[in-house]
Formats: sequence, structure tokens, C-alpha cells
Amino acid sequence: MSRISEVSSTAAQQGRKLLIPYLVAGDPDLETTLKLMHQLVDDGADIIELGVPFSDPSSDGPVIQKGVERALSRGTTLVEVLALVADFRTTNKHTAIVLMGYLNPVERMGYAHFVEGASSAGVDGVLIVDLPPSEASAIKPLMDTKGIDTIFLVAPTTTDARAAQIAANCTGYLYYVSLKGVTGAALIDTESVRQSIEKLRRLSDLPIVIGFGIKDAASAKAMGSIADGVIIGSALVEKIAELNGETPHTVERLRAVSEVIRLARGALDER
Amino acid sequence: MPDTQQQSVGFAGPDRLGHFGPYGGTFVGETLVAAVEELAAVYEEVSKDPEFWAEYDHDLKYYVGRPSPLYLAERLTAKAGGAKIYLKREDLNHTGAHKVNNTIGQALLAKRMGKTRIIAETGAGQHGVASATVAARLGLECFVYMGAEDIQRQAPNVYRMKLLGATVVSVESGSRTLKDAMNEALRDWATNVDSTYYIIGTVAGPHPYPQLVRDFQCIIGRETREQSLEQLDQLPDALVACVGGGSNAIGLFHPFLNDTSVAMYGVEAGGDGIETGRHAAPLSSGVPGVLHGNRTYLMTDAGGQIMETHSVSAGLDYPGVGPEHAWLKDLKRVNYVAATDAEAMQAFHQLTRLEGIIPALESAHAVAYAMKLAATMAPEQSIVINLSGRGDKDIQTVAKLEGLTL
Repeated sequence: MSRISEVSSTAAQQGRKLLIPYLVAGDPDLETTLKLMHQLVDDGADIIELGVPFSDPSSDGPVIQKGVERALSRGTTLVEVLALVADFRTTNKHTAIVLMGYLNPVERMGYAHFVEGASSAGVDGVLIVDLPPSEASAIKPLMDTKGIDTIFLVAPTTTDARAAQIAANCTGYLYYVSLKGVTGAALIDTESVRQSIEKLRRLSDLPIVIGFGIKDAASAKAMGSIADGVIIGSALVEKIAELNGETPHTVERLRAVSEVIRLARGALDER
Repeated sequence: MPDTQQQSVGFAGPDRLGHFGPYGGTFVGETLVAAVEELAAVYEEVSKDPEFWAEYDHDLKYYVGRPSPLYLAERLTAKAGGAKIYLKREDLNHTGAHKVNNTIGQALLAKRMGKTRIIAETGAGQHGVASATVAARLGLECFVYMGAEDIQRQAPNVYRMKLLGATVVSVESGSRTLKDAMNEALRDWATNVDSTYYIIGTVAGPHPYPQLVRDFQCIIGRETREQSLEQLDQLPDALVACVGGGSNAIGLFHPFLNDTSVAMYGVEAGGDGIETGRHAAPLSSGVPGVLHGNRTYLMTDAGGQIMETHSVSAGLDYPGVGPEHAWLKDLKRVNYVAATDAEAMQAFHQLTRLEGIIPALESAHAVAYAMKLAATMAPEQSIVINLSGRGDKDIQTVAKLEGLTL
């Protein structure tokens, strides 16, 4: 059983919602990212989505774009991101790690080389934003062989037929994009999300988590009530921006950044 | 109509998912998949509809002013000293470049799809102007994304777009040029997908854009073919066009792909010289990768980050290229070469002084290479250069390079 499946089935047994923070690896530097990952776990993260910086993040809103630019200004590479995961794994064996990014850095490294590296670093899942299932037939079997989950997005505009195709190809969890647009965009219409999630339930037994636009404890709680978990990205990256590149960070500073996750955990766990 | 009989032999493409050999495809986020699939379905239907093409042809004739002439440049020919040089005068189109052939077609698609809002990305501003123009004509709202650096370089075109009623959005992210404008337009499209039609200006982007933009630009090559047979009594020996994204080049080349006697040269922006790394020539020095929805040759670093490009011409300043060009390179059907900033500038002045035609700096790259090529050919041979745009928009850039302010 993959680590993602273990984490989510344990959560399901305990009646607990998955909390998945997203942060950009190397924002503002790799050392801080590593410390923040551990802090996020302390504050209740079940899975961490680690953004792999790419120069042209065309599915991301301004907050994450800036995080990516901060990471790239220090020259953060995919090789370093894999090393970061390996570092994290030396002390943490239970939190699942998902790499989220764009295809070109993976193509440049080569699919086989990437999958091998991700596997030995301890990566549990990969979500390549600009790689739909129809273009994933070369990389997916390699990931399957190594037991790395291939996660795909489902959007409000996704047709039923396509949702079925995505569900058939996806492993780990289904990532439901709660709104039209880019990461960090505006408001979520809870009722329409609920209907879409219900439809997805009929297509897949995978956990369904919601991302794009969840920015605080209240929206986390609202979305948590209709799905198996929530992803919080822009709201966290916005806090990381406030670190302003200063290092080293005190535990208090890191705890302050992670507060949005701590509050979301509290709200998700309320009965 | 698209030249389907041409596609049946040898260079058929793309397949149903938009692949040209290993290139092209649909590499977009899930939020955009429904939009590109809808567009592909509508275009597949429309491309078989004679009424659609009749309306397109009508607009090209009465609004754009087609056909554009094929002009024998006698003094340029004499200067180069070899093959006869003909210019396909896309600079004479309404709005001053080939870009309008595509925006006319895509605006008709937008109308069919009931979209009320148009967005576009632009580098040199020619595609932005051509998009703003068709939007004004159809009464559609228009937003043009343009890199902040390009807004500086192409001030006259920015003002033209504003006069036409478009909103020009300055893009401050990344390298602040064409590629970043395209990222921003993709973000807008994902957010406003119900109301909005995205007019991509070149033969790149996710399927079906490389195919449909090509089909709308093929009018250039079809006319050139007819005009050659009429004026030269034969096909030309060589075709030369500049390649940024590659829409003017594919438009000229495509109807000739099966004419094996016709050599083809796509001229990329050599910037300060390929060896300096400061250029915009992915086919000359790049590697395959994925950007903006398709797999193609790209300028990327060892870690897969897209590199900043350099060219004196904003319209060629792009790190990728249309996937069909990538394929034609691998098939060795088209030769991809480069002209430097300096060579393009020299050709700009030569064409201006010898023929009284001020070319766009983009097109000047094709002129530069064609003059070198002509010198290696016999006087009874002929070359057609796609003079893809006129240079009025560039006079400030040229003046600045010569140390003048206007």
C-alpha cells in the first residue's frame, strides 16, 4: 500500500479530514522549506504538496508565481528538490510527499531518471499540472512500477466522460479544483462543488480532496465537510512571502507562517 | 479551404490529438481542457463547412485587401547578385502584417461559438493590433496581454490597440516578454472560459491552435503558388521566411511541402550570434520540451527552466516554436537557419533604400538570409521571401539603435 493510501485510510478510519499544505520548494530557500515541512507536520499536515519551481507557471495565480520566482532566484532545481525530500525522509517516514509542478523540468531530466530519483528520495505521488491523462501514457507505467501515485486534477469544467477517464488513470487521490481560474483565485460556490464531488464519488473510490481558493479555517471547514480533505496553497505561500528572505528563522517565525495550517486543522477536527 | 489533398502525402498532420510526429499535443491544466476540446470540436466541424470558408475568403478580399502581390525586387536582386528575389507582400495587408489572416479566421470562430470577449497575447504588437482590429469590427470586448518590456519597445502599436478600443494589459512577470504574455493570457482564459475566446497569434499552443492558425495562414502559400505559376511560369526554387512562433513561415511553406523541387528556409532570430547564447533560435540550438500546451524545440537550461531570449525584433523574441516546424526540422523538409540582429538591421536598410519598402524587423531576418542564399544561386533561379510585415512600428527601435531619438 502506498504511503498516500495508508495516510488516507488511517484518516478515514479516525473520521479525520486530510489536510494538505502546498509550498514551493526553495521558497525562500531549501533550508527554510525543510524546516517548514516539519513545522507543517507538527501543525497537522497529513500530506505535503511540494511545488517544483518552473519559470512559466501558467496555471498559477500571482501569489504562487512570486513564490516560484523567489525559489528560482536562488536557482532551485528539480535535483535539489529530490534531495530535499530525501533529507525530510531521514526523520519523517509517515507524512506523504507529493511533487506538484510542470512537465518541462521532468522531460529535461528524462522520465526514467526522474521516476528513479523520486522513488529513492521517498516521493509518494506526482501531480504534473500540464500533463493530462491523454499525454501521460509514457510516464505513468514507470510511476506505477515504482509505486508512485499519479495524481490528476478534475475541474468544474471537466465533462462527465472525461472525469471517468481521469478517475480510471488516477491513483493516490483525486484533486478537485474548486473554481475556474488559477491557484489562489476568488470565491467558491459550495453547493456546486458538493454536487461535483457527489458525481465523482460514483466514479472513483479514491479520496477526493479540494484545492484552489481555500484560504482560511472557515473555507477549509466548509470544503472539508463535503470532501475527504483540503489543500491550502496560496494562503500559506503568502505567509512565506512575509519571511522576506531573512534567515535563519526562529521557531516562532516558522510557527507564525504555519498558523493558517494549525487553524485549518482545528476547524477540520471540530465536531 | 485547408489544403487537405496536400496533407494526404508525406506531411500529414496533426493527428486527432494534435500531434505532429512526437511534437504538438495538448499539455494544459485541467481547467483549460474543456475549452480546448470545445474549440477542437467546433473547428473540426467548421473546417468542413464551405460557408465558413466563403465568409473568410470574403473578409480577406474586401477587408484585408487580398490577394497580396508577389513582387520582383529587381534592385535587391541586383545587389545580392544571383537568383531573382520576389517578395510576398504581406506587409500590404490591412493592419500591416500577415497576422490579420489568422485573426479574421479566429474571430469568425469566436462569433460562431457565441463568445463576447476576446483575449490575445502579443510580442511586437502586430497580433495585438490585428486582434483589436477584428474585435472592433465585431463589437467584441478585447484584452491584449503584452510584456512590459515589449510595451516599451513597441509604443506605436500599443497606442494603436488603445485607439481600437482594446485594453492593453502590461505583464510584469518573468522576463516580461511574449512568453510571459502568453502565460497571463492562459490564466485569463482559465478564469473566464465561458465568455472568452483566446486568439493565439502563432502556430503554437495546445491543439487545435497549431493546426487552425496554420490553416488560416496557408492563404499566403496558396496565393504564392498560383502567382508563381502565373508570373514565373514555374514554382520558385526556394522559399524564405522568418520564424518566431512560425505562423508566417508555415503559411508560406505548407502548400509547397509536397513540391520536392522547392527548398525551404526558416530564419530564426540569431540575436548577438548563436555562439553567444543571446538569441531566440530554439530550432538552431534548442532541445525538445513542453511549454504553452505543446511539445516542441525550446530554449531551456539543464534543469528545464525556460531561458530568456534575445532578439532586436520583439516578434521573434520567443523561446519556443510551433510544433509543426519542430517536426519539419526532424524530417529535414525545411532548413532552419539564423540571422543575427546586425544582419537583420543591414537587410532592413538595404530593402528600404533599394526598393522603397520598410520591412518589419522580423521580416528583415528573412531578407538577410535570402540575400546570402541568392548569391549562391543562378540568375535564372528564383526565391520568394515572405515579407510578413511592414516596419513602421520599428522605426523608433531602429532610430534608437542608431543613437537617435524621434
